[in-house]
Amino acid sequence: MRALASEFLKVFTTRMWWLLALIMVAYLAFTAGGLGALFGFTIANPDAAAVAGASAPPVDGLALAPLVYSFATSTGYVFPVIIGTLAVTGEFRHRTLTSTFLADPRRTGVLGAKYLAQLPIGAGYGVVAFIATVGAGAGALAGFGLDTALGDPDTWALIGRGILAMALWAAIGVGLGSVIPNQVAAIVIVLAFTQFVEPLLRLAASVSDVTSQIGKFLPGAASDALVGQSFYSLASLGDASASLEWWQGGLVLLGLGLVLTAIGAATTWRRDVS
Amino acid sequence: MERGPMKQGIPIEVSGLGKRFGQVTAVDELSFTVQPGVVTGFLGPNGAGKTTTLRMLLGLIRADRGTATFGGTPYARLERPLETVGAALDSSFHPGRTARDHLRVYATAAGVPSRRVDEVLEQVGMHDYARRRVGGYSLGMRQRLSLAYTLLGDPGVLVLDEPINGLDPEGIRWIRVFLQGLAREGRTVLISSHLLSEVQQTVDEVVIIAKGRLVKTGTLASLELDAAPRTIVDSPDRAALATALAAAGLTAAEGRSGFIVDEPDPGRVGHAAFVGGVELSALHRLKSGLEDSFLALVGEEGADAPAAAPADPPAARATPADEQSPPGTQPEASGSALETTGR
Repeated sequence: MRALASEFLKVFTTRMWWLLALIMVAYLAFTAGGLGALFGFTIANPDAAAVAGASAPPVDGLALAPLVYSFATSTGYVFPVIIGTLAVTGEFRHRTLTSTFLADPRRTGVLGAKYLAQLPIGAGYGVVAFIATVGAGAGALAGFGLDTALGDPDTWALIGRGILAMALWAAIGVGLGSVIPNQVAAIVIVLAFTQFVEPLLRLAASVSDVTSQIGKFLPGAASDALVGQSFYSLASLGDASASLEWWQGGLVLLGLGLVLTAIGAATTWRRDVS
Repeated sequence: MERGPMKQGIPIEVSGLGKRFGQVTAVDELSFTVQPGVVTGFLGPNGAGKTTTLRMLLGLIRADRGTATFGGTPYARLERPLETVGAALDSSFHPGRTARDHLRVYATAAGVPSRRVDEVLEQVGMHDYARRRVGGYSLGMRQRLSLAYTLLGDPGVLVLDEPINGLDPEGIRWIRVFLQGLAREGRTVLISSHLLSEVQQTVDEVVIIAKGRLVKTGTLASLELDAAPRTIVDSPDRAALATALAAAGLTAAEGRSGFIVDEPDPGRVGHAAFVGGVELSALHRLKSGLEDSFLALVGEEGADAPAAAPADPPAARATPADEQSPPGTQPEASGSALETTGR
């Protein structure tokens, strides 16, 4: 319990948490608002859009709002991963592990506290992320007279699952940081994997039925399955229906975080601190 | 200092400690005990294994062999670590966190009441800077913050790695008085340094290591005894003096300011000159300083260094060092350093 309180203090006594949150809000509001406006424009003016070379979104108006809102997780999940990773790699980078282990020599307990502390912190990022996408997205949709789906309980269920996904992503960050304690390397890997490698893998996996059965276990795909909506469903080449159940997606994320953290606890976290 | 009158100091017990990094033996069969109530200096040149030993003592580095405990309990198994041992190893902090927040984080982790944070900041004289981010601190301020961290739990044992490094003269005087005060309250105080001169006015006991092995343990005064006193003698007619010394069977080496005679009693050297009818221009005792005996100990790596220091012919090793501070012109220099340490 003391370890947990200390880990919360560590996060909130530096500026990184709100800097990252601020960047996330700006990025997500821009993306969700922009896409909401683009979809709104193409639906409202199909002729002009066709001239411009844009096709109307292959989803009906009802699914459009949740799709825009789900940007909070489908692109925003990188932010809780980063804050979770920094919680571990920062200790190595600033050489504060010495003080940390002197104050509490039970190392596994310290890493466990980091994992647990990042769950509510990730959830907090989730709340803020959905405020950004729903705020900007619903505003843009409403501007074109489209349904914002905010009266639909399904929308709120999606937001709830999205917040859960963000919590699990932050905890995955802890596991990742404990496996790759070099901060620069860890952040580069997070960005490269989430922004480049995984999107390509998912696209490639969607080519055939067989590969898409494997591709649905990719962490990003599992996250989208948990949330229930993602713009990836627009971008897949073949069988887009290959997806886990929402609870299976959640279990994949939970398992990924726990396994990575356990590997870190057994390796880098046990090493000599010098 | 508004702390309790006496503090339960716990002895530090190191026994048969060993650690290898690859092919390099960092610490080898190291055994010593550090007692409460005094300040003990843990000395050795850079790379002697001091920091590795301290990190093993504190459970940060796993020892290959041996044990290092606080009254029998390894650090990792202490019931309340920060309230038993206060340790500062390197002045590393998150640059974006304030001093006060830094201490709050660890007070929380160790279950130390949060009022202690402001108390220790006051104690080390940092209260005015406590709400500034550590990134802008000078080395001296970082050292004080490290010290504040060690005091959080009001522990009976303090372990400080190079606490004087980077302090200005005023800061050195301050920490000297501060550490001696802590020891007088009954605490165990162990401070490391690679320079004896840096801590010789602070420590009562010394543990000296070189290349990972123990070379000397005892009081600071016992280190002084290891240094063989010699006599400086000079004459306007050095040739005649050399003859007179040889006639009396005294071994001497010629230095810039006279002969350094391998004889502790200046009276016997004076007598030899008198017998030879040689006029003298200088005659006094030369005591090699603590630093010299320290260097002699650590320079020869354990082998038989303590015995070798007095036995070596002065001409072989001592003469160049003596010439750096001409004994003839400053006869009190080495003597006064000894007096201040002989508390």
